[in-house]
Amino acid sequence: MISIFGNSLIILILLSTLSIIYFSFNSITSLGINISKKIYHLSLLQVTFVVTCLLTLIVGFIISDFSLTTVFENSHTQKPLIYKIAGTWGNHEGSLLLWITLMVFFNFLFLVYGKKYEKKFMLFSLISQNFLILSFILFLFFTSNPFLLINPAPIEGLGLNPILQDPALAIHPPLLYIGFVGSSIYFSSAIGALISNLPAKEFAASIKNWVIFTWFFQTLGIFAGSVWAYYELGWGGFWFWDPVENASLLPWFCMTALMHSIIVLEKKGQLYSWVLILCLMTFVLTIAGTFLVRSGILNSVHTFANDPTRGLYILIILLLACLVSFFIFIKHSRGNSIQGYNLDRGTFILSNNWFMIFYLVTVFLGTVYPIFTEVIFNTKISVGPPFYNTVIIPFVIVFLILMSLGPESKWIKTKFPIRKLLTILILSFVLNLIISVIFKSTSLISNLIFITSFFLIIMSFLDVIKLIQLNKITLISRSVSHLGFGLLILFIGLNHNFSKEYDVNIKTGEIKKLNNFDLKFKDLKLTNSQNYKSIIGNFELKDNDKNFIKELKPEIRIYQNPETLTYEASIKSTIFNDYYLTMSNLQNSEYYNVKVQVKPFMSWLWLSVLIMSLGGFLRLFYKR
Amino acid sequence: MLTRKVKNRLLSIFVFIFFLIFLVYFILSSLNKNILYFKTPSEVFSSVDILEKNKSQSLRVGGMVKKGSINVDDNEIKFVITDFKNEILVSYKGTVPNLFSEEKGVIAEGKFSDKKFFLADRILAKHDENYIPPELKEIKKND
Repeated sequence: MISIFGNSLIILILLSTLSIIYFSFNSITSLGINISKKIYHLSLLQVTFVVTCLLTLIVGFIISDFSLTTVFENSHTQKPLIYKIAGTWGNHEGSLLLWITLMVFFNFLFLVYGKKYEKKFMLFSLISQNFLILSFILFLFFTSNPFLLINPAPIEGLGLNPILQDPALAIHPPLLYIGFVGSSIYFSSAIGALISNLPAKEFAASIKNWVIFTWFFQTLGIFAGSVWAYYELGWGGFWFWDPVENASLLPWFCMTALMHSIIVLEKKGQLYSWVLILCLMTFVLTIAGTFLVRSGILNSVHTFANDPTRGLYILIILLLACLVSFFIFIKHSRGNSIQGYNLDRGTFILSNNWFMIFYLVTVFLGTVYPIFTEVIFNTKISVGPPFYNTVIIPFVIVFLILMSLGPESKWIKTKFPIRKLLTILILSFVLNLIISVIFKSTSLISNLIFITSFFLIIMSFLDVIKLIQLNKITLISRSVSHLGFGLLILFIGLNHNFSKEYDVNIKTGEIKKLNNFDLKFKDLKLTNSQNYKSIIGNFELKDNDKNFIKELKPEIRIYQNPETLTYEASIKSTIFNDYYLTMSNLQNSEYYNVKVQVKPFMSWLWLSVLIMSLGGFLRLFYKR
Repeated sequence: MLTRKVKNRLLSIFVFIFFLIFLVYFILSSLNKNILYFKTPSEVFSSVDILEKNKSQSLRVGGMVKKGSINVDDNEIKFVITDFKNEILVSYKGTVPNLFSEEKGVIAEGKFSDKKFFLADRILAKHDENYIPPELKEIKKND
C-alpha cells in the first residue's frame, strides 16, 4: 500500500519536474514580463508531491511497515519513536529523498522570492535547477528507491545501527543537507545568469542571501556533527579529518569565499567570472563529496551501505554537472579585464578567497590522494591529521592578521590607524604571555597562533562595541563572525596544546594514580532500557591539586537489534574543563580499558562556532 | 619595447606563478612526509625494505585479531594480528576502540621493533559491526 503510494508520488514529482522544464522553455520566447502563473502552480504541486512522499516514508517507518526494504533494513519495532522518525534519513535511500525534498523546496522559494528579477534569468535558473532535480529523482528511482517491496514482508526489521540512535540524528543531517542542497540554487542561478547575460550587480543581489543562508546552515550542520562525534565516538576529539568531514568542509570553504567575494561584486561589479566559478564549484564539490562518501571508494565513520552502481550514477551526475557548467561558462562568460588593485577593501576581501582556495586545495588533495596512490601505485595509504596540521596552521597565522586588518580598510584610500594597531598587538603579546605562564611550555607556532587570534578577537570586539555605540546594529554581522572565528582558533589552539590524556587498564575496586589525579573504579551496575541493556561503571576522579572530586559514569550498551555494543563516554563539563571518560571491556580479562581526558575550554570552543554562525544569521536581516 | 605597465604585469604574473609552484610543492611534500602506508602481515613478511622505511615513518598494519590471542595486564594489551597466512604480535599501551575484539577487523598504527613484533601507538577499528578491512575480504573470497 505505502509502496504503491510512494512510487506513484515519485512518478508525479518526475512528471511535474518535466512539465516545469517544458513550460519554462516555452515561456522564454513568449512576450510578457512576468513568469506565467502556470509555472508557479506546477512548482507548488511539485513541493506538495515531494513533501507528501517524504511524509509517506516517515509514516512507513513509524508504523514499521517491513514490506518496504528500506524500513526492514533500518528499523525495528522496539526502537523509540524519535529514532523511527529520524531513522528515515539515517540510511542512503531516505537521506536521498530528504535531499530531493530540500532541492524542490529551494526551487520553490527561489521562484517566490525572485519575482523582481529578469524573467529570462529566472527561467533559465529554473530549468537548470529542475534538471538537477530530475537527475536526482532518476538516481533515486533506479538505484535507491526507498519504496521497494520485499515479498513476503518480514515480521521484524533488522534495526538501526545503535551508533545512530542518538537525538543528534534528528538534527545533524537535516541542517547539513540544507547547506549542501541549498548550494544547488546558486549553481542554477549562475547557469541562468550566464545564459541570460544578467548584469553583475543584479546577480550579486539575487544570490547573496542564498549564499549566507546556506553558509549558516552548513556551519551549524558541521558543528552538530562535530559535537556528536565528540561525545559518541569516544576518542575525545571533535575533528578527525575523516573523508566525510572533509567532504562537508570543501563546499564550506567555497561558500565562505563566495560570501566575501560577493560583497566586491555587489559594490564594484568586479570579479563576476570568479563569483560565477565559485557558485558552480560549490555544488559540484557537494556532489563530489557525496560521490566519495556513498560510492564506498573511501572508508569513513559514515558507513552507508555501499553499492558501486550508486557510485557510478553519482559520478555521471557529477561529470554532467561539471561538463555542462564548464561548457556554458566558456561559451557565455565575457572575459573580465584584470584591473590593477590598490590596497583597498576589495584586496583584503579577495585575500580571503586566496586562503579559502588554498585550504580547499589542501583538504581536497589530502582526501583524494589515497585513491590516486591506490590506482597508480597500488599502495594503500591514509593521510592523517599531521598533514593538515603542517600545511594549514602556518597559513592560519597570516590569515588571522589579514582578517584583523581587512575591516579597517576602506573602499577608497585606506589609512591604517597605526597606533591603535600597535597597542592591540602589544596587548595580544601580553595575553599570550599570561597563557604561557599559566600553562607553561608552548611551541613557537602555538604562540604565534595565540597572538594573532587575540589580535583578531580584540579588533573584532572593538568593532562590535563601536557599531553598537553608533547604533548600527544591522552592520555588526561581519564583526560578530570574525570575532567567533578568532575565538574558535584560540580555543582550538588551547584545547589542542593543553589537553591531557591518560590510558589505564583497571579492575573494579582499584585506585590508580595518574599524575595529579587519583582514579577510583568503585563498582559496576546493570540496568535495562527500552531497547538495550547497559553496564554502567562508577568512577571517581580526584584532583589532588585543586582538591575536588568528579563522578563519572561511562556506559557500555548492549543492543539486541542489531546485536551491537556501543560505548557511551561520560562527560562532565565545567566552565574551564571537560572531564571525559570512556570505558571498554576487554575480552578474556577482568580489566577494563579506561581513557581519561581533561580537555580545556571545550564549551567555549562550541560557543565560538555558534557566535561565528550567528554573524551569518544576523546578515540575513540586513537591509540596504 | 615593453611599456612599464606590461612589464609590471609580466612581473606580477611571474611572482604569482612562482608562488603557486611553491605552494603546490609545499602541499605535496608535506603530503609525502605524512602519509601512512597500510600493510597486511603477509606484505610485511614479503617486503625487504619495510622495516628500514618504518624507522622514520609510522605504518598501519591491518588484519584480524586472532582468536584467543588478547592478553591484558594492568598497563599493556597484547594481541596477534593475522591475515590467515602470517601473524604479527602487537603490543599496545592505550585505549582500544569500541569494536576491538577477537576475530574482528583491526588496524594498528605504529612501528616494528622486528619483523614479528609491532609496537602500536594507536588502534583503530571501524564503527561498523560487520566491518572487515577490504583487503581481508579479498583474501576471504579467494579462500
